[in-house]
Amino acid sequence: MKIVVCVKQVPATESKLTISSEGADIDRSGLSFIVNPYDEFAVEEALQIKERLGTGEVTILSLRPHSAQKPEEALRTCLAMGADKAILLNDPAFEGGDGFTTATVLAAAFRRLSFDLLLLGKQAVDDDGGAVGIQVAELLGIPHVAVVNKLEIHAEARTAVAHRQIEGGIEVVETPLPALLTCQKGLNEPRYPSLPGIMKAKQKPLEIWNRETIGLAPETIGAAGAKLRVVRLEPPPPRPAGRIIPGEAATAVKELVRLLREEAKLI
Amino acid sequence: MANPILVFCEQRDGRLKRVGLEAVGEACRLGGAAGRPVIAVVIGSSVAPLASEIASHGASRVLVAEDAGRRYYSSETYTALLTEAAMRLQPVAIFLGATAMGKDLAPKLAARLKTFLAQDCVALEMEADGSILATRPIYGGKLRAVVKATTPVCQVVTLRPNVFSAHEPKPSPDAPVERLTITAGAGRPMAVVREVQEAGGGKKELTEAAIIVSGGRGLKGPENFKLIEELAAALGAAVGASRAAVDAGWKPHSYQVGLTGKTVSPQLYIACGISGAIQHQAGMSSARTIVAINTNPNAPIFKLATYGIVGDLFEVVPLLTEEVKKLKAGL
Ligand SMILES: Cc1cc2nc3c(=O)[nH]c(=O)nc-3n(C[C@H](O)[C@H](O)[C@H](O)COP(=O)(O)OP(=O)(O)OC[C@H]3O[C@@H](n4cnc5c(N)ncnc54)[C@H](O)[C@@H]3O)c2cc1C
Ligand SMILES: Nc1ncnc2c1ncn2[C@@H]1O[C@H](COP(=O)(O)O)[C@@H](O)[C@H]1O
Repeated sequence: MKIVVCVKQVPATESKLTISSEGADIDRSGLSFIVNPYDEFAVEEALQIKERLGTGEVTILSLRPHSAQKPEEALRTCLAMGADKAILLNDPAFEGGDGFTTATVLAAAFRRLSFDLLLLGKQAVDDDGGAVGIQVAELLGIPHVAVVNKLEIHAEARTAVAHRQIEGGIEVVETPLPALLTCQKGLNEPRYPSLPGIMKAKQKPLEIWNRETIGLAPETIGAAGAKLRVVRLEPPPPRPAGRIIPGEAATAVKELVRLLREEAKLI
Repeated sequence: MANPILVFCEQRDGRLKRVGLEAVGEACRLGGAAGRPVIAVVIGSSVAPLASEIASHGASRVLVAEDAGRRYYSSETYTALLTEAAMRLQPVAIFLGATAMGKDLAPKLAARLKTFLAQDCVALEMEADGSILATRPIYGGKLRAVVKATTPVCQVVTLRPNVFSAHEPKPSPDAPVERLTITAGAGRPMAVVREVQEAGGGKKELTEAAIIVSGGRGLKGPENFKLIEELAAALGAAVGASRAAVDAGWKPHSYQVGLTGKTVSPQLYIACGISGAIQHQAGMSSARTIVAINTNPNAPIFKLATYGIVGDLFEVVPLLTEEVKKLKAGL
């Protein structure tokens, strides 16, 4: 089974972020970057499927989101976890795009690869778009199942059965392969790269592809192809100053209930 | 006439999701000045009776795609239907709720129409030419982005539940109801929903709840979640959990609030024994009122809380449950 996993490099989740002077992006200097947490579930799942079937190949694909980032590090982490090879999509022409141009580039890359299964994260925790995977599937004309937290692959029958979280329950979805799945927490426990894994990763192939490799016209990608323009970034609206309710538990609770009822009008 | 706003009103098992009516209300507000009609689309089996409910909340027309064979959601068929509706009606924008279904459908629809997509929006404005300025939380709510389409055609937008206001229902609506059928879309390989497993136990859904009571590591063990559940029952609230509580196996992942859990927007969020790590805040910082109960006065959750009680949850929570019960009983 040939599995390709898309991995995005994102700022570490505990980062303090500042808005850049132009106002429409963050300042990336001094930030540390990690593999998007949902993409780790995708990598782990790919490795487990390969291990279970005893055969197959796991390729990692990443598109450099910004010239200040080094997704090579994220790719080496995935290779150290056990993936076989990695491809970095790297071209200044890709920059300034949106989720749709990202999906366009990834879909074009997939057309140059053979695959049975595409695994992505349900969401990148930087833009919180939750869209790229579904859009890649649509552009490729293959089925998708999004927000998957349980997966069975029937390699022989060339189908997959996936559980996906919905409000108040689970949808059990069956799909023919090739298909694209986006991964949610609960699917597995991502492994840490082992020391031998890290050593081996240095020898594994890491290819760099650019716009010409995937044969896309410049006007379909980057800022030129984007459907969306960021007007500005802003901090979330400040929360009104809170207050600690003083006193013994019993008096504090009485006061809290009064406030919730009379001031906040909630109960 | 100005191009309309199309609103997808999600239903499951013949029940409308509240967020669809909120989206209709917001579409009316945005489209009103420019005289844009608000046209609702509802898809499923036996959904005709829902049309008047939608119309009473402000939609000027309702399209119904009824098909007894279509018991469950299908991203492929729903996309084909909405694409058909978009082709016919040339909407300036298409609104959906940011639910499991809406967030699945919107990207596919936008990719098929090759148009703008903004997921999980918390504020919307519309310019005279129909361009939407959409505000959406990014970086787990640490920042907000205001984004705009490069072309104001069929802009696909999902709206976070509990953030926008639905109109009060008006009696005797007379919105025309039309049928919608698809002529294309068949023949593609498709993922098919085989069954829907209900969570059971009458568990309230976090993302739809007006009140949420959440417990964290401060509960010290799974058995103590019953304190949280009792308070939730008294308030008619849903129960949530921090990742520490989920990772310890006290509650399944479907309870988790935060960056790698659910994003919730209730009127009231009560955090008990939760420190309020940045990744937890990512899921709940847009709650209108936040109450924190924690023994540590320096816990980050108090920076966020509207009301805080520094105290032992094992003492405070049962007292709070009692007080709420008394209040509800009218004592
Ligand atoms: C990539 C990533 C993703 C993450 N995603 C999430 C996520 O989605 N959701 C999430 O919640 N976390 C997430 N986390 C984890 C997060 O960083 C915290 O570790 C977690 O939220 C802590 O949970 P907690 O507040 O229950 O536990 P703790 O931080 O241990 O806090 C327990 C609190 O209980 C208080 N307490 C103890 N005893 C009592 C008592 N008797 N009465 C009252 N208070 C008491 C303590 O003072 C303390 O403040 C993520 C982390 C990473 C790195
Ligand atoms: N630049 C990128 N490179 C590789 N994969 C990406 C990139 N951007 C998004 N993805 C994939 O798409 C998923 C959803 O991203 P998003 O729609 O941006 O939330 C991520 O979890 C990744 O798997």
